[in-house]
Amino acid sequence: MKIGILVSAGPYTHQANDSAYLFARAALAKGHIVERVFFYHDGVNAANRLTEPPQDDRNVTSRWSTLAAEHKIDLVVCVAAALRRGIKDEILAPGFRISGLGQLIESGMKADRLVVFGD
Amino acid sequence: MVDATPGKKPGPKKFMLVNRRAPHGTIYALEALEVVLIAATFDQDVSLAFLDDGVYALAKGQKTTGIEVKNFSPTFRALDDYDVNKLYVERESLQKRGLDADSLLVPVQVLDAKQLGELMAQQDVVLSF
Repeated sequence: MKIGILVSAGPYTHQANDSAYLFARAALAKGHIVERVFFYHDGVNAANRLTEPPQDDRNVTSRWSTLAAEHKIDLVVCVAAALRRGIKDEILAPGFRISGLGQLIESGMKADRLVVFGD
Repeated sequence: MVDATPGKKPGPKKFMLVNRRAPHGTIYALEALEVVLIAATFDQDVSLAFLDDGVYALAKGQKTTGIEVKNFSPTFRALDDYDVNKLYVERESLQKRGLDADSLLVPVQVLDAKQLGELMAQQDVVLSF
């Protein structure tokens, strides 16, 4: 199955960003296709490569980057939501790119299921 | 993304944006409107549902100067220009808040919760903000 994912909640405050990652990883392990993850609202903060969680905590940003590299997943950050929060090209973690809401709609059009994490 | 099979263009999908929150206090009502407008430019079958405090997004007479944010409610009147004219409002949510169709900025279809649920079940993509 082709799966699109929308992540609306910010990392570390809400579990939704982690749940989206765990869901994506589990779906890929089962042989499903995850072509794109779209980050919206506070979810865009997951793209910030300057984030530094404590040593004993998971790193939300770097594990998205790793998963994207391993499975060629398109990590798209909503441009308006990103710029409001200072998320710009120069601080994007590997695998993320900034684009418009059209990428979310396209994901909904092409995927068999669009799964939403967050509010 | 993997390209669709050449020569085979998929038909429009049914996208429903569900508004559940008051128009101000969070950004979600404004963002739902943004998503609707973009979805419409992709020629998809777009509809909007309003329930719970989301029905206030369509209330007439909104004034936002006191909270120093933009009053985006007039944008709902422009939806028709984008061929977005499927607006569904849950009857129970209106009644609980002392509102009716005449309290709203634009013409809508008022449905009870069961009808709205059936409509949601028919959608390809449901985004609830």
